[in-house]
Amino acid sequence: MKQIEKALRRPITGILISIVMGFIVGAVVLTIAGYSPLAAYREMILGVFSKPKYMVQVIIRATPLIFTGLSISFAFKTGMFNIGAEGQAIMGMVTAAVVGYCIELPPVIHFIAVALAAIVVAGLWGALVGVLKAKFGIHEVISGIMLNWIALYFNNFMISMPWLKKPEAEASYEVLESSWLVVLNSWKTSDAGREWLLDGTHPVLSDVLIRTDLNYGIFLAIAAAALVWFLLTRTTKGYEMRAVGSGADVARFAGINVNKNLILSLAIAGALAGLAGAVVITGTMPHRISVLTAQPGYGFDGISVALMANTSPFGVIASALLFAGLQYGGSSIQAELGAPSEIINIVIGTIIFFIAMSGAFRMLADYLEKRRGRSDGK
Amino acid sequence: MASNIFLAITITFMYAAPLILTALGGVVSERSGVINIGLEGMMVMGAFTGAAVGYYTANPWLGFLAAGLAGGALALLHAVASVTFKANQTISGVALNFIGQGLALFLCRLFFEGATMSKTVPNPMPKLFGFLGLPQVDGILAQLNVDMTFIIAVLLTVVIWFVMYRTKWGLRLRAVGEHPAAADTLGVNVYAVRYAAVFISGILAGFGGAAQSLAVVSLFTPTVISGQGFIAMAAVIFGKWTPHGAMLACLIFAFAQALVVLLGGGAVQISPQLLSMLPYVLTILVLVLFVGKAVSPKADGVPYEKGAR
Amino acid sequence: MASVADKEYAVQMRGIKKYFGSFCALNGVQLDVEKGTIHALLGENGAGKSTLMNILYGLYQADEGEILINGRPENIKNPATAIKLGIGMVHQHFMLVEPFTVTQNIMLGMEKTRFGGVIDEASIRKDVLELSERYGLIVDPDAKIEDISVGMQQRVEILKALYRGAEILILDEPTAVLTPQEIGELIEIMRKLASDGKTVIIITHKLGEIKKSADYCTIIRRGVYIDTVRVEEVDETSLASMMVGREVKLTVTKEKADPGEVILEIDGLTVADSRGIDRVKDLSLQVRRGEIVGIAGIDGNGQQELVEAIMNMVPAKSGTITVKGREIQNRTPAQTLAAGVSTIPEDRHKHGLVLDFSVAENFVIENFRQAPYSSHGILDHKAIKEHAAQLIEKFDVRPAGCELNPARGLSGGNQQKLIIAREVDNDPDILIAVQPTRGLDVGAIEYVHKALINVRDQGKAVLLISLELDEVMDVSDRIAVIYDGTIVDSFDAEGADENHIGLMMAGGKRK
Repeated sequence: MKQIEKALRRPITGILISIVMGFIVGAVVLTIAGYSPLAAYREMILGVFSKPKYMVQVIIRATPLIFTGLSISFAFKTGMFNIGAEGQAIMGMVTAAVVGYCIELPPVIHFIAVALAAIVVAGLWGALVGVLKAKFGIHEVISGIMLNWIALYFNNFMISMPWLKKPEAEASYEVLESSWLVVLNSWKTSDAGREWLLDGTHPVLSDVLIRTDLNYGIFLAIAAAALVWFLLTRTTKGYEMRAVGSGADVARFAGINVNKNLILSLAIAGALAGLAGAVVITGTMPHRISVLTAQPGYGFDGISVALMANTSPFGVIASALLFAGLQYGGSSIQAELGAPSEIINIVIGTIIFFIAMSGAFRMLADYLEKRRGRSDGK
Repeated sequence: MASNIFLAITITFMYAAPLILTALGGVVSERSGVINIGLEGMMVMGAFTGAAVGYYTANPWLGFLAAGLAGGALALLHAVASVTFKANQTISGVALNFIGQGLALFLCRLFFEGATMSKTVPNPMPKLFGFLGLPQVDGILAQLNVDMTFIIAVLLTVVIWFVMYRTKWGLRLRAVGEHPAAADTLGVNVYAVRYAAVFISGILAGFGGAAQSLAVVSLFTPTVISGQGFIAMAAVIFGKWTPHGAMLACLIFAFAQALVVLLGGGAVQISPQLLSMLPYVLTILVLVLFVGKAVSPKADGVPYEKGAR
Repeated sequence: MASVADKEYAVQMRGIKKYFGSFCALNGVQLDVEKGTIHALLGENGAGKSTLMNILYGLYQADEGEILINGRPENIKNPATAIKLGIGMVHQHFMLVEPFTVTQNIMLGMEKTRFGGVIDEASIRKDVLELSERYGLIVDPDAKIEDISVGMQQRVEILKALYRGAEILILDEPTAVLTPQEIGELIEIMRKLASDGKTVIIITHKLGEIKKSADYCTIIRRGVYIDTVRVEEVDETSLASMMVGREVKLTVTKEKADPGEVILEIDGLTVADSRGIDRVKDLSLQVRRGEIVGIAGIDGNGQQELVEAIMNMVPAKSGTITVKGREIQNRTPAQTLAAGVSTIPEDRHKHGLVLDFSVAENFVIENFRQAPYSSHGILDHKAIKEHAAQLIEKFDVRPAGCELNPARGLSGGNQQKLIIAREVDNDPDILIAVQPTRGLDVGAIEYVHKALINVRDQGKAVLLISLELDEVMDVSDRIAVIYDGTIVDSFDAEGADENHIGLMMAGGKRK
């Protein structure tokens, strides 16, 4: 009994139950709509695990979500809801597109320059939200949403610049290959590489290297998660920001500069989201920005990723992989069964819904404890 | 010039109607102490339901009402989470945005042969003259022919203002949002008031969605609602949690959108992309210059637990 | 107690048990209240008095036991039922909606309406005025709660109950926030209500007031019923020992103060609140090394703004705040701390502790940037934990070994000990203690008072700000009375006259 109560109080239990509930609700909806949930979930699993290249695709899709998920988790830990990660990611993409195309640098160094530029620009974009909150009391959700749209139109504005716009395309020029983050890029496109890969003796490698944009982004993302964890738990700056997040008044009373920390933490959150944009442009096709008519969704999906991870930096890695797996696998439901792939959004929404209610698990634990307490008391 | 001004007003009203309806929902919910970040998802559900029912019944009014119910049904989920289970209201709202978006597209594919767009409704929501059976006129008078959805939005603003400040339900709603324990000790059922408020907010957001899919355009598409719910949320804060303030905020925003349309027509030499930023930049500027720190209802976003003080 | 049969009882509670989780808050408590009497419910903080009354008022459900109202067994599921049964309750923390008017607060939940739910405010306003005249409960029906005094807020609370036809009135710690004069008026009102046939139950831990006002007194201790006595037959000391379960000293013992040089000097300080209204007005005050200066005053007379200005949480409009000869006004909280000022804040949760942080992390919130807790911006969690372990032992914070527990999990008394330990360990030149015993039980109160006197005896200056006049009079060496944002008088604590202080707290006289 005691073990059950204890387990119910653990955040991870709530998350696992929520994930199961998400699939159950998804199954119910599919059944009502006349599809077999078992077949659908089977297709989903096959769509992710049946070939290495599928799994690589999931990792590639998860990479920017790890960055935005970290961005939002970090902001949550410091007491803020960075709904503006979307716009910060767009700013990262635009910056990467410009620096990646306009400046010529040797490989690796070029990527570092692109990443640093994206960090700076998106970091400032995030800091702007912090300044608006600190100096003018404007809620970060409001300014974040407005800045998301401004970033979107800024993206479109940049593409209208003749020096960046590719003729006959609603998009920019591709960034130079020297800035690419793709694994073995020059080798796999060289004659020798192609010959070796296509000679039929290395089916897995040729599948993964030729048919996917496998890139180093995932390692950067893992490193970023470790860095965020270290910053938050091991440094005095992290201590300050967490104190401001959990109790701004207490922190102020104890001599911590709340406004400064607020701006700094949103700048860091912005930088993380900006890296998502940089990784998308340098790591995956088509290596350019296009005219946007709707938000690309890296930031909004990052919110879900952060929530499913209970804002834990390392949890974000797992939850981004789950999220990307659901979306990638979900597309094969549509292809194979004709069932609407939007079922995945319902599943994800349900998971988050139950995570929001994880207080209910604690309430259940309280109830169990109370029952036990009373029988012990007699 | 005069015709341009009238055109600006007409466009303003058209864009404002969905925003006002949804923002009213936000006001009702937040005044009761429940943050509703899921307005966007409820709008999407409303937009789809309105278009689908409007298409299959050929009656826009039925579509409009059904949209309200669909939004309300989704909102009930939010109420269960945030009132009964004391969920984190922001997270629950994020979840509902996903569920609303997912469910609407899922159903759309089921009802419209796998497409994520509905078919165009045969009869969109009427404009004022059509509703009154007046003949179409030309010239300046034609500008008076505003969308019925806008008229409904204005009427609802008045009704909600009246209920909120002149009736016992309004008094209780505001009390629950400010000091739920006080209301509870006087026998006001805090949970019932919050359930009702969240349900109504969903209905209003559903109306807002339908105002978009049955009046502004005449069909549902995956992007027919793209951010209006969040703009409405901003309008709630901008309008300091009052119905009339929220309406004014929506009108300002919609007017900026109208300017984008008019100026984009070639009157001024300016990049259309930069021009499109105007409503969003303007919102931030107005907040910086005029509104400053807004004071939310004291218990906004705080789950009520009996006996916890 | 005398036989039950020949008396008319308004309230009878039998064998009440209540659990919170596995914690047993009430273990078979009984309460019999005669109709038309004033009945005190006495117990320490946490003894279960408020829980018992919340059960009577339907805010909690008893897990076991029965309740009889006017002799009939009743199941009180919620406050609405209680109100119907003629029970009214005035909570310790007032249950008033601040932006509403007095009339709106009184009618809430019992609105008179015309058609379609439209409120008939004029008619309700008339009822309120009638009631207020009948019992001498003077209020301004159109004023907003946020603009009226605490005393008037309490009268609004009583009117709320009477407006609902309350025959049984529960008052939870009603005197905590009142001046002696206001307390006198309240006792008058209670008498008037009782002679009108109404039954009054007051929850309190103040023995003097029980002697002055109540007919009967029921004592509970740690959730257990102890006894019910006729107040005129017992003295304060025996009430106290029944409440605590051991002999208690009702006074604080301390050596005579030996003040040294001035540590804190405030001169002509004016502070405005966020709405631009001056809350501290041209206030001057000195605190010397080796003395405790107590500020007596009613809540809302500028105490909060005074502390916030010293801490640099809000700007000073004019005047100076000098610590050891250096002006610190209009700087940052960090600079106040650096100047040697430590504060035990009034609101533990808002200003004292980061509840989600561990106990150890909370101990270093003011000095985590210094060695040995960190170097080059990297925290040394081991040093932080060891530091916490030392302070936990030295200041007896319980449970032992709680370094890594979240501060949220500690009891109120231990949270307070944590803060005191931290602030005293800072080795400040002046310690400011704001309401340091709020919500603590008698044992913890004794502990806090001793700690303050210890700090003084180590040659530090202490500024005590409290709404509890008894506390100010017992602990301080010098008393300054604050009224309307300024110090209206100050004098030696020895031989100070309670009535004189009360009069000045209420603005009766300016020096």
